[in-house]
Amino acid sequence: MVNIPQAQHTSPYAQPNDEARLQQVWKMLERVFDPEIPSLNVIELGIIADVRVHTRNVEVDMTPTFVGCPALDRIRDDITQTLESSGEHGVIVNVVRDPAWTSDRITPEGRRKLKEFGLAPPGPRCSGGETPNLEHATCPFCNSIDTQLESIFGPTLCRSIHYCQSCLQSFEQFKPV
Amino acid sequence: MTTMKIESFDTLMGPMRDAVISLLLHLADDEFIIGHRNSEWTGHGPILEADIAVSSMAQDEMGHALAYYQMLHELGERDPDTIAFGRKPREYRCASLVCLPKGDWAFTIMRQFLYDAAESIRLTAFTRSTLTPLAQLATKIHGEEKYHLMHGRSWVIRLGDATPDSHARMQKALHELYPHALGLFEPTEYDEELAQAGISPREDDLRAEWESAVAPVLAAAKLSIPDHLQPIYGGRVGRHPPALKELLDNLQLVYNIDPSAKW
Repeated sequence: MVNIPQAQHTSPYAQPNDEARLQQVWKMLERVFDPEIPSLNVIELGIIADVRVHTRNVEVDMTPTFVGCPALDRIRDDITQTLESSGEHGVIVNVVRDPAWTSDRITPEGRRKLKEFGLAPPGPRCSGGETPNLEHATCPFCNSIDTQLESIFGPTLCRSIHYCQSCLQSFEQFKPV
Repeated sequence: MTTMKIESFDTLMGPMRDAVISLLLHLADDEFIIGHRNSEWTGHGPILEADIAVSSMAQDEMGHALAYYQMLHELGERDPDTIAFGRKPREYRCASLVCLPKGDWAFTIMRQFLYDAAESIRLTAFTRSTLTPLAQLATKIHGEEKYHLMHGRSWVIRLGDATPDSHARMQKALHELYPHALGLFEPTEYDEELAQAGISPREDDLRAEWESAVAPVLAAAKLSIPDHLQPIYGGRVGRHPPALKELLDNLQLVYNIDPSAKW
């Protein structure tokens, strides 16, 4: 179960309408998508760690999926633009190390959408250096586990390539990290 | 021994700050240079999946290098691009292992495996580091690097134990690379200090752990570990093989045309 962290009112200048603004910001963030997996928004992907509204600005903490994720700057710009379009000013997007993103942060809805997109959702996370079992990933098309790992690396850093013996299709999995 | 947790870089001062800067710089430079070496295979891999794998690893390593350079910047050093591109060869702190030209596929796979095994051990240790920002980043990076090690291990075993030609190439690569790989554990002047503070283990301890980690994989690949080889040191004090200068001339070419250009 993934919990989206509750936003905290850290501003000493909190205003009575901050709660409504905060909800509005979370709502707007649902409109920002990962350019590499366009069906998932940033909340479903689990990369929004915290949101804080202040009198003059709003801060969004974002925890990247992969350290070398090339989409990071793009997502940051998209967040800024989307929030500005709803009337926010001074949007600050912090890239944070804590909490570290793991594939367990993808929400149940996010996992459903991954599958719909044709991407097998990640299995349970193998913490640290533990070797994950990438064999027998569940095929997102026919749900068979009679599948084999073709390549640990795929078209983006977060995907591996598999082949389903049951429906004879290749598919990709979002790697557990 | 009691060791205090260091929650943020702000509290690092004096010699301990220098020690952390030295450590981060050698981590970053190793990642940066091996990442570049891997990127030299992009478009030239022996098969498509291999090309994608080595290119993905290059992208990961560059990302990790950037994260370490970013930490250096938080410690008051110059910005990541300037540190990455704006130095002379002798100012880099990478080990000779990562500097060597890319060689053939056997050489690339063997280097990557020896390197990833070392990195995995280092990162595991860092997850227990008293330096909290380093422990956090190491946890994150380790989650990604485990795929590199899986990749390397399966290729080493496959190529070591396949045809006479592949076996011979892997054995040759191992002989050539092993002393350089031992050089990954060159102790710096801060070795003891970092260990005492619980930030990073002693290099000798990491090396011993690495040797016991790689031995079973090399045995499974039917490869023999060379005897009596002395580690090749020098990287951590800026003494590098000529290959690094050639690499940097290439890597820094565009940057040097206009270091102030905005991208």
